[in-house]
Amino acid sequence: MNFLHNIGLYIIMLQKMLHKPTKWKVMKELILKDTEDTVVNSLGIISFVSFFIGGVITIQLALSTTGSFYPDYLVGYATRETIILEFAPTIISIIMAGKVGSFITSSIGSMRVTEQIDALEVMGINSINYLVFPKVIALLLYPFLISIAMFLGILGGMIACVYGGYSTMSAFIEGIQTDFIPFHMTYAFIKSFVFAFILATVPSFHGYYMKGGALEVGKASTKSFIWTSVSIVVFNFLITQMLLG
Amino acid sequence: MISIKNLKKSFNNKPVLKGISCEFEKGKTSLIIGQTGSGKTVFLKCLLGLHKHDEGKIIFDDKDVQSMNENQKMELKSSIGTVFQGSALFDSMNIEENVMFPLKMFNDLPFDEMLDRVNLVLKRVELENSNKKMPSEASGGMQKRVAIARAIVNNPNYLFCDEPNSGLDPKTAIVIDNLIKEITEERNITTIINSHDMNSVMEIGEKIIFLKNGVLEWEGSKKNIFKTENQAVTDFVYSSNLYKKVKQMYLKK
Repeated sequence: MNFLHNIGLYIIMLQKMLHKPTKWKVMKELILKDTEDTVVNSLGIISFVSFFIGGVITIQLALSTTGSFYPDYLVGYATRETIILEFAPTIISIIMAGKVGSFITSSIGSMRVTEQIDALEVMGINSINYLVFPKVIALLLYPFLISIAMFLGILGGMIACVYGGYSTMSAFIEGIQTDFIPFHMTYAFIKSFVFAFILATVPSFHGYYMKGGALEVGKASTKSFIWTSVSIVVFNFLITQMLLG
Repeated sequence: MISIKNLKKSFNNKPVLKGISCEFEKGKTSLIIGQTGSGKTVFLKCLLGLHKHDEGKIIFDDKDVQSMNENQKMELKSSIGTVFQGSALFDSMNIEENVMFPLKMFNDLPFDEMLDRVNLVLKRVELENSNKKMPSEASGGMQKRVAIARAIVNNPNYLFCDEPNSGLDPKTAIVIDNLIKEITEERNITTIINSHDMNSVMEIGEKIIFLKNGVLEWEGSKKNIFKTENQAVTDFVYSSNLYKKVKQMYLKK
């Protein structure tokens, strides 16, 4: 029952987000600030994680495909498919649910606790539009982060493969180019857009509607991470079934 | 002027406000007092539109809030200044940006003009030269002054203050009280203060409303409060020995 109530409340929040828009001059500043907080400040961690996980994926693939039965290019091919189809869009989004999601929930939750949201409301400002809408727009740049994750993941894989002595550079590059299906990129970016929307709205919902004090802000952040991750996993399944199934 | 007629509000079928009727005059500082749980905050939040009341009328200068459309409500809200208990300053903005915020949201003034108005109100609350400080760098008293500056920068017709001197030392609390009273008189606005503080009652209470269990138990001025026979009011106001002695001295006079 509580679950259905929250789904209803979430839909109402999305509707309210589009009502009574904040002045464009102010909104522009908010979008730029949220772009910095959510996208630009995530570049470091995403680059680091993608590069090393790409390397680990390649080493594990190389170790489990040894022997003359497997072609040399297989490691490059499998690395590309794993990173483009699943690692970059989905696993990075779950990492972002922890980083950006917690940030959004705790910042909006703190505003709730310290009556800053009430202050916006009594001034006649649509606080949901003011707080949530710029985050949704800022995270439209999220596929750009995913592209970087894809590139660095494959680069990390290539370096680990070549310098670890598992395969040659030419075989790895041949693998990357073998049987490339451009629609897989479209599929990955469609997923990224959906996950970006989830990353902006689900944590905002948990922050905006939280009740209590500082301790509850922490609890709301944890809850927000769980529900954002669950939503990403469920939508990952649905989109994959719809587009590739 | 603000008129309240038979205001009722319940939460989960539990009545919190049980039909309150009163009036708040223009140019005067009115105080709402009462014990914790008496319904003061809910009453103030109903006036501010943060809680929707169940029954009754809230009339701002002959305009009933319930019969207003969205645009009229927006217009009304932009004419209200609010000082919250915890100041509610925006953490991510410095003092200047906090005070400028209502101007940015509701006006299309050039930046220099907005800055002039900000500096004027900051001077009025004696905070010149603090423009670039962040709220976290300001003391409790300074934060309250910034909140007052933000509340009056847009020249409001109504000023609502929720326990404006809670958490402040007695000297700073009196400074804040007097500042609110002076601003109310200078700008001829309707000011309503929600307070626990007996010093505020004695210092600036031109009109006092005492709430008990969601009912308006007593109303009068700071002079009447010494003479009242109402047991609930005397129990609340004269709960400390100091005020018992003050009352005795006043009555002897």
